[in-house]
Amino acid sequence: MTLHEIKKLLDAEVLIGEDQLDMEVKTAFVADLMSDVLAFATAGSLLITGLTNPQVVRTADVLDIAAIIMGRGKRPSQETFQLAEEVNIPILTTKYILFEIAGQLYAKGIRGCIEKVGGK
Amino acid sequence: MDEKPLYEGSFTVAGGNFDNAGEVASNIKTILKQIGLPKDVIRKVALVTYESEINIVSYARKGMIRLRVVPDCIMIEAIDEGQGIPDIEQAMQPGFSTANQKIREMGFGAGMGLCNIKSFSDVFHISSEIGKGTHLKMIIKANSTVLNS
Repeated sequence: MTLHEIKKLLDAEVLIGEDQLDMEVKTAFVADLMSDVLAFATAGSLLITGLTNPQVVRTADVLDIAAIIMGRGKRPSQETFQLAEEVNIPILTTKYILFEIAGQLYAKGIRGCIEKVGGK
Repeated sequence: MDEKPLYEGSFTVAGGNFDNAGEVASNIKTILKQIGLPKDVIRKVALVTYESEINIVSYARKGMIRLRVVPDCIMIEAIDEGQGIPDIEQAMQPGFSTANQKIREMGFGAGMGLCNIKSFSDVFHISSEIGKGTHLKMIIKANSTVLNS
């Protein structure tokens, strides 16, 4: 799916990255715990979260996350917004809760960046 | 060990400065990209640096991250002046945490930091002295395969 399609599907507002909406994504990770994002999320995935502080963007940057979707109507703090502009990571915000975001994206073919942990 | 490094440098980290936590990891990522290391290696180094930085910001007065890159591996050290860790074995347990509310609000402090650092490093060493500080040493091989997933 492209970010543009995701924006439409989730009735989302694009706060940063209006110029990157053609980007294609296939996988996603949902978490409010950044340590788990660091441990499990893969490059090129969407990060779906309810957190809004600058660490969300730092985490996304460290992992080469494609874009951040903030659920439950959350909006980034000023510092978060500035940092995302600096590192050029798209941020979308939607009023849907995280479960709904995940479910709707899954129905359209987006998959978890890993299926379960401890895949050895 | 006498290999001429491709890069050698150190970065200071201020304790308690939550807004800038992760800046060193971003800088190091840029440096490693310029050197042209593989993406998965850069990702591991950035991740390990980032969690170390979060630890310094969260628990220490001040600290420093040292980076040394040689052709076959990357060495990262995180050295802080802080309270130290009374029981390292306990601190290494997944889920053990002494984090305050501020740290948890940032999405950290769930007791995963040191475990993450260890699992993404090829070599990991930790030492700590109460009232003085903690010293982490990590080595990531430049040709190592992805450990996780």
